[in-house]
Amino acid sequence: MKVPLSWLKDYVDIDMPLHEIARALTMLGLEVDEVRLVGLPMPVQEQHEFRFTGLSWETDKIVVAQINEVMPHPNADRLVLCRLYDGTQELVILTGAPNLYPYKGQGALEKPLKVAYAREGAKIYDGHQPGQVLTTLKRTKIRGFESFSMVCSEKELGISDEHEGVIILDDDAPTGMPLVDYMGDAVFDISILPNMIRNACIVGVARELAALTNKPLRKPKRTQPMDGPSIEGQVAIQITDSNLNPRFVVGLLRGAVPRPSPYWVQRRLRLAGMRPINSIVDATNYVMLELGEPLHAFDYDVLVKRADGKAPTIITRAAKQGEVLTTLDGIERKLDDFTILVCDTAGALSLAGVMGGLESEVTEQTRNVLLEGATWNFINTRRTVAAQKLSSEAAYRFARGIHPALALEGVELGLDRMAAWSGGQIAAGFVDAYPKPAVDPVVTLSEADVQRHLGIALSAKQIAALLRRLEFECTVNGSVVLAKTPPHRLDIGSDVVGQADLIEEIARHYGYDVIPETRLSDSLPPQRGNPLLDREEQLRDTLVNLGLQEIVTYRLTAPEREARLLEVANAPYVELANPIAPERRVLRRSLLASVLEVAERNSRLSDRLALFEIGPVFLPVAEKALPVEQARLAIVLSGERNPAAWDRSAGEPYDFYDLKGILEALFDALHINPVEYLPIEHSYYHPGKCARICAGETTFGVFGELHPLVKERYEFGSAPVLAAELDLSSILDLMPERYETRAVPVFPPVLEDIAVVVDENVPAERVRAVIQQAGGKLLTEIRLFDIFRGSQIGAGKKSMAYSLTYQAPDRTMTDQEAAQVRQRIIRRLEQELGAKIRSQ
Amino acid sequence: MPEGQTIIEQLEQIQQSALRALEMVQDEAALQEWRVAHLGRHSSVMQIFSHLSEVPKEERPRIGQRANQVKQALEAALEARAKQLKRLALERSLTSERLDVTLPGRQPVRGRLHPTTQTLRKIYSIFADMGFQIYRSRDVETDEYNFELLNIPAYHPARDMWDTFHTTRPGVILRTHTSPGQIHAMREFAPEPVRVILPGMCYRYEQISARSEIQFNQVEVLAVGRKITFSDMKGTLNDFARRMFGAQARTRLRPSYFPFTEPSAEMDVECFVCGGKGCQICKGSGWLEIMGCGMVHPIVLQNGGYDPRQYSGFAAGMGPERITLLLHRIEDIRYFWANDVRFLTQF
Repeated sequence: MKVPLSWLKDYVDIDMPLHEIARALTMLGLEVDEVRLVGLPMPVQEQHEFRFTGLSWETDKIVVAQINEVMPHPNADRLVLCRLYDGTQELVILTGAPNLYPYKGQGALEKPLKVAYAREGAKIYDGHQPGQVLTTLKRTKIRGFESFSMVCSEKELGISDEHEGVIILDDDAPTGMPLVDYMGDAVFDISILPNMIRNACIVGVARELAALTNKPLRKPKRTQPMDGPSIEGQVAIQITDSNLNPRFVVGLLRGAVPRPSPYWVQRRLRLAGMRPINSIVDATNYVMLELGEPLHAFDYDVLVKRADGKAPTIITRAAKQGEVLTTLDGIERKLDDFTILVCDTAGALSLAGVMGGLESEVTEQTRNVLLEGATWNFINTRRTVAAQKLSSEAAYRFARGIHPALALEGVELGLDRMAAWSGGQIAAGFVDAYPKPAVDPVVTLSEADVQRHLGIALSAKQIAALLRRLEFECTVNGSVVLAKTPPHRLDIGSDVVGQADLIEEIARHYGYDVIPETRLSDSLPPQRGNPLLDREEQLRDTLVNLGLQEIVTYRLTAPEREARLLEVANAPYVELANPIAPERRVLRRSLLASVLEVAERNSRLSDRLALFEIGPVFLPVAEKALPVEQARLAIVLSGERNPAAWDRSAGEPYDFYDLKGILEALFDALHINPVEYLPIEHSYYHPGKCARICAGETTFGVFGELHPLVKERYEFGSAPVLAAELDLSSILDLMPERYETRAVPVFPPVLEDIAVVVDENVPAERVRAVIQQAGGKLLTEIRLFDIFRGSQIGAGKKSMAYSLTYQAPDRTMTDQEAAQVRQRIIRRLEQELGAKIRSQ
Repeated sequence: MPEGQTIIEQLEQIQQSALRALEMVQDEAALQEWRVAHLGRHSSVMQIFSHLSEVPKEERPRIGQRANQVKQALEAALEARAKQLKRLALERSLTSERLDVTLPGRQPVRGRLHPTTQTLRKIYSIFADMGFQIYRSRDVETDEYNFELLNIPAYHPARDMWDTFHTTRPGVILRTHTSPGQIHAMREFAPEPVRVILPGMCYRYEQISARSEIQFNQVEVLAVGRKITFSDMKGTLNDFARRMFGAQARTRLRPSYFPFTEPSAEMDVECFVCGGKGCQICKGSGWLEIMGCGMVHPIVLQNGGYDPRQYSGFAAGMGPERITLLLHRIEDIRYFWANDVRFLTQF
């Protein structure tokens, strides 16, 4: 909402500097995005709290002047010479403005033209360049004529983009006055909050400022007589559904002539962001901006014609599904049954509250105007706007709810402005169909309510005083205020909701910045903590400590992106109805696929990648509205284990056992044990380099080296890619709440090595398990330190060398005792695994 | 065997020549050689001991004593020389072993948390100190929880505030904020007082650009109880801001609108880049918008299972990525999910 300062001042006295006005508005919830200067000087301030743009007009260089005569240029048809008086002297000025051509060669003008005149050295915008480019007026020669100053267009003065002709001011502009004093302005660009549509008008903003500064609000008043022949019998109104159309008011203006509006009207409309059309259409827009009630003007004679010469009947109703109407913009629109129509007996006239129809619109030929002010159901309006992809200033307002009281005020003011600018006679009276009168809520609010919500002690009198400034009718009854909502707003509810609404109004006008700061004194809730999150964070920390980089990826992806990894077609996805792009049209099913994409992008940037992510995947469940959101942990390793440096060349690339080591260290840190790693075949892993991770009966993850064919689908280098995906909640569940420690041994251990030759296909874990079982409690540590294969031990065999530690908790073990354990171990290895023990 | 006096003289010579030889010794090996030569079994002084029996009886004690003195003198000299050599060797090594200390060190591999996680943890810990516990809820939500129970009925003008991703299942959407968690938390805890923060990923239908993302984290704050006021909200959020942005941080609350709070406010913190003078980061305003907040709307309290006549509360919502962006002057919000290692390794 663009609010010109000059217009605001019609309704309230404002004596604050510009930035203070902007701050006051912002602190009322009318956030000022920008202040555009239209002539006024740039405020001097320490803090640039707001963005100021636009042009300041120098008082001595840009003034009101009058053109006394327009003369042809001796050798250029498209230029004219003007005899101009700038308050101090008469000069001859060169200009090419087409809107001066009609005055050419008329001799001295009977009524001089008032114009905006820029003297030599004035800083203005270049009218010939697109956008706003500052330029300084310099002496130059055009077609043999010396030019050093100019008559300006709106574009050159930064009022609008208009550069068709020069500004012709209203006749009362005082010649010689600095232009900034005559019409210098500033426009506040305000964001209107959804619940503040009442302030999407100049009067609304003025009301807020008046309330804040405790000054009277001067509401706009009618100035033209309303004494033409009565409207009675000239038109009938028929409302089919009062829920769709609670009120419909019309007034009639006879004998108007559409013409250009006075310059100040055109300028205000442009400053507010609207385009002047003619004095009739401008009046409807002007009143909408002024009061917030969108109006619609019909050509009355067209309506009469459509009614075969009889008085027309206006009918409002819901459209039939598929009904067709051509709107003002020339588009034929197919309508839905939620769209409300304004019709007459011959058919649809306009999309209620959104846009008029082509046939009945006001044209240059219109003389008799039927002016509509109505109220429409905001939901239907919103749905129409969405369905027709059609927005308008009117629809913007109606879609947020406009109070029915404004319909009558709007028509009255609209007719008045129309008559003032277009002539004609206003018919006495209105035709007002108001089947569903608005009920303005009365809310009871006590001092205690305000104290309980805001933490400030206000007396009932103070509360009433604040609300009265906003036009609430208040009755004070002891510590209680009864506040009746003023008839221009629909945002106040009843009962507890109404109380909250009023408390907000009190807080806003009391000042959010004045409300004190306190610490919570309410009792603390039971302390439950969030143990699962604590564990998750511990998991994150451990992975980081193990040298992994955490990443966070998009949870939106596309099936074909995941198919590189998953290969599964037709897996059910949570699919978006309105994706932003095809490659982000479903929620992921695989966390690893996301992490692999990141690894792929980074693989060219880094010699060594060690990434992990913790996050959900989304698995739809048949018969259920919401998918299962399963938290996972994914890890990807690739590249050099030890990248090259000045003192060493690059080592081996990461392999299976690096990833396994990370997992082992992770579970060790989280005190999850025992964990088993069992071979498994899996679609996207190398069949021989893949394992599942189990605790008891549960498998809670799979890891391994990416299958070479899967890896080929990505742009990775030659190094193998190691990957893991684990179920997070299983890990968190397996983390014990407590764990116990062992005493540090005080008696010396017996250490010895043993080399076991077994068949190649015996897994290491099997050997270890047999040793452990046979060794019993006295065997406290088994460390595999070498695996050897060679002709000495025979084909298909391997020799595994273990370092064993025997230790008793309560005594020094003798060599004899150790030898017994050793014998037991050897016997079991021989019996169960057919192992041979290599002599040492 | 020569007579006693000659032997004494001989011992004198042995001592002197041995000490002279010791002065020539320059390293450990030579030192060992010297020890063997001058104190070993076949050394001159030891020879004298072994031939002591051949000396006349009355001379023996004198010669024996003297030989002992020589032997001890040589041993002492040996020890001193050994120490001296060790010291010299150390000095040599200290002067010769000079490293180029400007060569890069061997850095152990260090993992890092994603910047969002780091900011989230800061937020968690500040609110934990104020008694707020963490409550998480799901990403995919129903329209009912995301909108309707939060006082945003269908076709309400406020719906324009959220560009929503809808799923192909009617009524199922990606949450546009963590506010549905407010209802989940209240319904779980009513009628106990509530003091939680609700972190989580949210989604908005927006074009991805340097300034906007389709997914972002949000942390919502919710306090519900029997005597919670707007002043409490102001105090709590200001305490947070001062801990997050520095003890000097100035803040302001200005009126705003959210359907699930009333009164509603936007909290700004004075731009810490320019100190409020106006710069590119704060777009000339001197203030940075950091969170929306307000008193929980009576309808939301009701939907959560609390009687708005007896209970009140406040809620606030902030974006950890935005906070990170401001704190570290990150120019492009897309960096967060792009996960370029050149970005991540700066944290």
